[in-house]
Amino acid sequence: MKKEILKLRGVKVHFPVQAGVFNRVVGHVLAVDGVDLDIFRGEVLGLAGESGCGKTTLGKAILRLVEPTDGEVKYISKDDNETELTSLEKKDMDPFRKKLQIVFQDPHSSLNPSFTIFGSLQDPLKKFGIKSKEERRKIIGDLLEAVNMRREYMDRYPHEFSGGQRQRIGIVRALCLEPELIVCDEAVSALDVSIQAQVLKLLMQLKKEKNLTYLFITHDLSVTEYLCDRIAVMYLGRIVELCDSEDLYNNTLHPYSEALISAIPVADLDKQTKRIVLEGDVPSPVNPPKGCPFHPRCPKATDICKTEVPTLKKYSTNGNEHYASCHLIDLPEIS
Amino acid sequence: MAKSSLDKKFDQIRKREEEKTFSTKKRSRIVNKFLNNRLAVLGLIIFTIIILASIFAPLLSPYDPMRVDLRSMRQPPSFDHWFGTDSTGRDVFTRVLFGGRVSIFIGLGSAILSAVVGIAVGCYAGYKGGWIDVIALRISEIFMSFPQIILVLLLVSITGQSLFNLMAIFILTGWGGMYRLARARMLSLREEEYVQALRSFGLSTFTICYKHMLPNALSPIMVNITLSTAMFILTEAGLSFLGLGVPLNIPTWGNILNVAQDILILQNYWWMWGPVGIVISVFVLCVNFIGDGLRDSTDPSQQG
Repeated sequence: MKKEILKLRGVKVHFPVQAGVFNRVVGHVLAVDGVDLDIFRGEVLGLAGESGCGKTTLGKAILRLVEPTDGEVKYISKDDNETELTSLEKKDMDPFRKKLQIVFQDPHSSLNPSFTIFGSLQDPLKKFGIKSKEERRKIIGDLLEAVNMRREYMDRYPHEFSGGQRQRIGIVRALCLEPELIVCDEAVSALDVSIQAQVLKLLMQLKKEKNLTYLFITHDLSVTEYLCDRIAVMYLGRIVELCDSEDLYNNTLHPYSEALISAIPVADLDKQTKRIVLEGDVPSPVNPPKGCPFHPRCPKATDICKTEVPTLKKYSTNGNEHYASCHLIDLPEIS
Repeated sequence: MAKSSLDKKFDQIRKREEEKTFSTKKRSRIVNKFLNNRLAVLGLIIFTIIILASIFAPLLSPYDPMRVDLRSMRQPPSFDHWFGTDSTGRDVFTRVLFGGRVSIFIGLGSAILSAVVGIAVGCYAGYKGGWIDVIALRISEIFMSFPQIILVLLLVSITGQSLFNLMAIFILTGWGGMYRLARARMLSLREEEYVQALRSFGLSTFTICYKHMLPNALSPIMVNITLSTAMFILTEAGLSFLGLGVPLNIPTWGNILNVAQDILILQNYWWMWGPVGIVISVFVLCVNFIGDGLRDSTDPSQQG
């Protein structure tokens, strides 16, 4: 039986847009606009979408690096205790900070240049009760070895490492408090392809060893295909499709996901792929289009798409749950 | 085939690395980089000499800087009086040494204190943002919009001339610049991912902004401290020259220069104002060299 680790209900992150002499709020950027999502223990959930669709903001909202404007983020512990995270005081958040961690995108800004690796990693350990220096050194040393780096590297400065090494140090940082869920925010996008594979392999190996759950944020669907158990596709702050990763490629329901998948390069000369080219840019999240947010770019849009906002409905493909929000799906809806 | 010399060198390096004798870092990277900068080292040496000479002034000179000796008025430089004597027969060399004490104290003291105030406010407000930042910004603007000279005039006419009034004014008008510098650095640093990572551990605001972020904001602030030391020394000299700074009976570099207001002295007795002018310039120059050296050596992105 699959058990949830996180339940998101109606999560919204709105940033005020200020203008004029007195900084009046003239509108809101609807970065994340009502996301419902369950993350199960031990799975890898991919979160895909193009730039500016709010995937990183959603990841940060889970950790409260960005305060959600509205909605609930519930953490369910191993013994089924539910805690609502967004309404907690800063201090009460601490036990959950240990459980939820993040690996960042840019390996060059994710390490403090003035501190050695040990210097910048030891404060969190100190805060969570590891008092002796020897013990802290041991923990960090062990983790460095777990990511195939040498123990001595903890006394070096970040500028002495390459991008791939820094990213592995970023993983060490996320792992040092033994978390249960790690948000990988485009964790491999900044690396070159050979290093990407190396880091991805490492992430999967660590997942097995330490029973981790990943929320894998990416814009690269070719990576997610091999990595993720389920994939959520985001568009303009909402989830438009959520299903098992095989189903996303074989039984695509949403036209946006179709377009994304058609853009993945296939290394096969005989295989004819129909490329769906989307016109224009993502509409401004300050005033999203009426009706379905995707309709101005959707090749299949009809009249109903221009007026009514579709909701995320549950369908079934291959006997698996498959959620999508589109008016044009002719499968029977499951309640 | 014989190994090329380059190969041999690499072998040596590898050998040392394997024996772990390679990374014998006795000095920190920053100190090493600073010592490689010749101008900065020269500046530091002269800076130290001037400061030591001021501190040990009573040992270096047999005269009392305040004692009037009417029998030896306006004597040109000689073995007895290295920089000559002034209009009341006081030894100029002694006065320059003792004057250095006060001038350097004012310059360095006001620069460091205003930096401490500016950094303390700027780091916190810049990192936190919101209304704290807005209020701090407005307050600093209010202080910076007063011309220094007017403030000095005001305070001197209310409380009289004194060393601490002068320093208070320097700090009041000086902390704004430091605050803005610190704030600007913090604004850009707080978006860096390592700061976000620290926040994701729920570390306290103080640990994050004063321990982890401040070292990365420090290099422009260090440079600014040295530059404003120089500026405060010059301002003190200027104000004392006008008779508004430190009370005239206390010897400072500015007060010694004060005599050059007299056209007779300016034309005929160069030793009363020349040497002290040179000392001021040399000192300020040295401080600036040190500032440059510090900037280059504390910038972690510059390799050396």
